[in-house]
Amino acid sequence: MSTKYTKEHEWIVVDGDIATVGITNYAQEQLGDVVFVEVPDAGKQLSQGDEAAVVESVKAASEIYAPITGEVTAGNPALEDAPATINSDAESAGWIFKMTISDASELDDMMDAADYKTHVAGLE
Amino acid sequence: MADTQSTITGNRGLQLEEPLIFEQDSPGRVGVDFPDTDLSDNRLGGLERQGPVGLPNLSEPQTVRHYTRISQKNYGIDSGFYPLGSCTMKHNPRVNEKLARLPGFASLHPMQPTSTTQGALELMDTCAHWLKVICNMPAIAMSPAAGAQGELCGMMAIKAALEDRGEGAQRTRVLVPESAHGTNPATAAACGYSVDSIPANDRGRVDLDAFLSKLDEDVAGIMLTNPNTCGLFENDIIKIADAVHDAGAFFYCDGANLNAIMGRIRPGDLGIDCMHINLHKTFSTPHGGGGPGAGPVVLSEPLAAFAPLPFVVHGENGFDLVEHKSGAGKKSYGRIKGFHGQMGMFIRALGYMMSHGSDGLRQASSDAVLNANYLLAELKDTLSPSFDGPCMHECLFDDHFLKDTDVSTLDFAKAMIDEGFHPMTMYFPLVVHGALLMEPTESESRETLDQYIHAVKGLTARAKSGDAKYFHDAPQLTPRRRLDETGAARNPILRWAPGGDEEKS
Repeated sequence: MSTKYTKEHEWIVVDGDIATVGITNYAQEQLGDVVFVEVPDAGKQLSQGDEAAVVESVKAASEIYAPITGEVTAGNPALEDAPATINSDAESAGWIFKMTISDASELDDMMDAADYKTHVAGLE
Repeated sequence: MADTQSTITGNRGLQLEEPLIFEQDSPGRVGVDFPDTDLSDNRLGGLERQGPVGLPNLSEPQTVRHYTRISQKNYGIDSGFYPLGSCTMKHNPRVNEKLARLPGFASLHPMQPTSTTQGALELMDTCAHWLKVICNMPAIAMSPAAGAQGELCGMMAIKAALEDRGEGAQRTRVLVPESAHGTNPATAAACGYSVDSIPANDRGRVDLDAFLSKLDEDVAGIMLTNPNTCGLFENDIIKIADAVHDAGAFFYCDGANLNAIMGRIRPGDLGIDCMHINLHKTFSTPHGGGGPGAGPVVLSEPLAAFAPLPFVVHGENGFDLVEHKSGAGKKSYGRIKGFHGQMGMFIRALGYMMSHGSDGLRQASSDAVLNANYLLAELKDTLSPSFDGPCMHECLFDDHFLKDTDVSTLDFAKAMIDEGFHPMTMYFPLVVHGALLMEPTESESRETLDQYIHAVKGLTARAKSGDAKYFHDAPQLTPRRRLDETGAARNPILRWAPGGDEEKS
């Protein structure tokens, strides 16, 4: 199991042929208090870059894009009643959706934890 | 500070604590007493009211005081400086209000026969004429009710024109720069288009290369805001227009910021195919809760035939309305709004144009740009401007100047309320971090701007001195302290209910 990161501040944990997707702690800090999350339904087909979810905070509504191509297997049901989970635990309990991996090579260009840390430091 | 000033009543001098009108209910109390009547002849046929109607019972003076007190809690352009970026909160000249209240206009009914409304139709036609002249565009749709509906009107015209050309199915994508108004992508999506975002360059303008690389035969059009929401003029706009037309697509311009260029630049000269005009911004009709908006849309020749119904034409017997999809309205896509549009706004906007004249309109846009640049020049060493160089009608700062102070853009804006100003726009546009967007408009005096600058500089010094707590506690001097915005968004209480058992959404 390894964690990958995108420039759009998403994290992807790969477990077998299923990827779990969420936004990073840095992203939730930037968004501020999250008040609503729209998660995708299981069965939704996504191409890399498609709009997959919406995270609405007191500052802005932000689309979450599919980091890879695949089919949604689950949205996080806990976020409907407790959107703040993204603020309190962005990189674990605050996962947004799980999806299948159609093309594992799409993960190749993504950053690992160290690279992402450098990427974020460069944004300050 | 506020807590040490607490009073027995909760009133604070002239700042009166006012309960909800429902909380002042006293059953049986009425404004006017009528004698009891004995209605033995019941003609309601079984439709008598079965339960209480649920309205509060108050006397007339209680009611008058309630609404007067509520109105005193309002902060509007008539009470103070309102530099809310992107909103053009400028003065609404009273002469235009007076014109709109003339009985001949105010008592009109939209279903009167046109033979009895010739003056009103002439006014609409004259207002339309001057808007076309200002924009150098051949046609205009007057009916849209506000800017966002104007966008929808324009994009529907583009869609109708593409379908008429047989390219409706082929062109499915609309390009929208990051520096466009947030309603632009929403409008494109509402019209069934997929939205493709164009990044901004490091000068806050459209990245021309990125734009050209996205332009293809499946593009229906571009929706560009100019001047954009960073308060910057899109210098490549003619290149963009040429490229859009070469690709067979249309050019929608969001004209919400016409206030910055009116009388200096004509959108028609820039190659624009359609653009909405916020009468409630540039032509100073009331907005922000003060009145309905109006969003007429100027159209180029290829789009003119598709304009919505109804519209005014010069007929054999004076002015006439085209209300049906026949004759001049044959290709129209139909109605977008009931009746003719916001007549009251047409009166005010024409009053504004006529009282200013062409030189006055040109001066208005010049002064709007001058005032914004005055703020930018005076504050550029205190705050952190997002882009180099002069701005148009609004100036944009990011939160870099607050780095390491533990004060956020939100905290800073809250402290501005204690200083008696409406805060600037916060966190918009999204292209810069922790944005503070200020639009002073042309109607503010140098004295007002200086007082505002003084307050902003003072607060910045306070933030940098390490007094973050002052900002976290702001506002202190308002009827209510800082509201729990997160709680309000997560668990909104939308309606008062008896017994304090508020209904939740």
